[in-house]
Amino acid sequence: MAIQQEKVVQDLKERFVEKIKEVSAHFGDDTVVIERDSLLDIIKFLKAEPYDFAMLLDLTCVDYMGQPDRFEMVYHLFSLSKNLRLRIKTRLPGKDPSVESLTPVWKNANWLEREAYDMFGVRFNGHPYLKRLFMYDGFEGHPLRKNYPLRRRQPIIRMRKQDDI
Amino acid sequence: MGEVKTEKKGLGGMAGGFITTSLNAMIGWGRKYSLFQYPFITACCGMEYMSVACAHYDLDRFGMGWTRFSPRQADMLLVVGTITHKEAPVLKTVYDQMTEPKWVVAFGACAVSGGIYDNYAVVQGIDNIIPVDVYIPGCPPRPETVLDALIKLQKKVQKEGHEWRFSKKK
Ligand code: SF4
Repeated sequence: MAIQQEKVVQDLKERFVEKIKEVSAHFGDDTVVIERDSLLDIIKFLKAEPYDFAMLLDLTCVDYMGQPDRFEMVYHLFSLSKNLRLRIKTRLPGKDPSVESLTPVWKNANWLEREAYDMFGVRFNGHPYLKRLFMYDGFEGHPLRKNYPLRRRQPIIRMRKQDDI
Repeated sequence: MGEVKTEKKGLGGMAGGFITTSLNAMIGWGRKYSLFQYPFITACCGMEYMSVACAHYDLDRFGMGWTRFSPRQADMLLVVGTITHKEAPVLKTVYDQMTEPKWVVAFGACAVSGGIYDNYAVVQGIDNIIPVDVYIPGCPPRPETVLDALIKLQKKVQKEGHEWRFSKKK
């Protein structure tokens, strides 16, 4: 039985009344902004029947420097059996950028969260192995944060033209 | 009476010069047509490398078709693609493992200067890590550009002298 896209958002709004901050639709894709403490509950609700969002397409982060809730986590979900797409967003404060890990729900969240940690310094509570994914050991800072210096380079071996780096 | 001093060593000035020049030419000729290459391919330029090396443009016509996937057996290191800081130690190790004589070709804008990636992750030109003989511009370079550059490298190999073989070590 086909479920309409609007039904999912409707059900979410009814079930998690005070946890849904904002709902918007753009080019037919729905976005739901939620409170960060309810992330795991909402995700588990969506993964279960009847919605069956079995696939985490992508998980990423945006840095809105200067705003009180500096980081925004973005989750793209896809339901293979019902052919539904949904985008979940949640804001994290700059002082404490931490959120529940989704590794218990989706295995592929493991590396995606490691990437977000590497690039933005977001901490994922309950992640089994929160270590850098792309940058090397000894790299300082998180390069995709807006306050990472544009020209800062951290070579591992000595560069022959020192002023170039 | 002014006496003209002549050096009487070996075959004498003229003949010795002739022999070393011919030997240089011969070694150079032999080397330039048997450049074994080690392709160090990391990014999109690799596609262009494949078209140069395969039948359409056929590097083998110029005597550098043999790819050796061991740096110990290679003469020419082709650095094809973007080199990140994380990868820099690997490239340096590969270069150090190659035996003399060795030549390095920077293939594509990324290897030459970092290309469009002027950021925290990418080495701004592989000459920051190892010495380079020929730079090939382009993103990616046309196969003709690559052939042109490699023929230039052959000319350089041809002109290399071997006097050091006969002179005493200092
Ligand atoms: S020079 Fe251009 S084509 Fe070559 S590796 Fe860099 S980005 Fe890719």
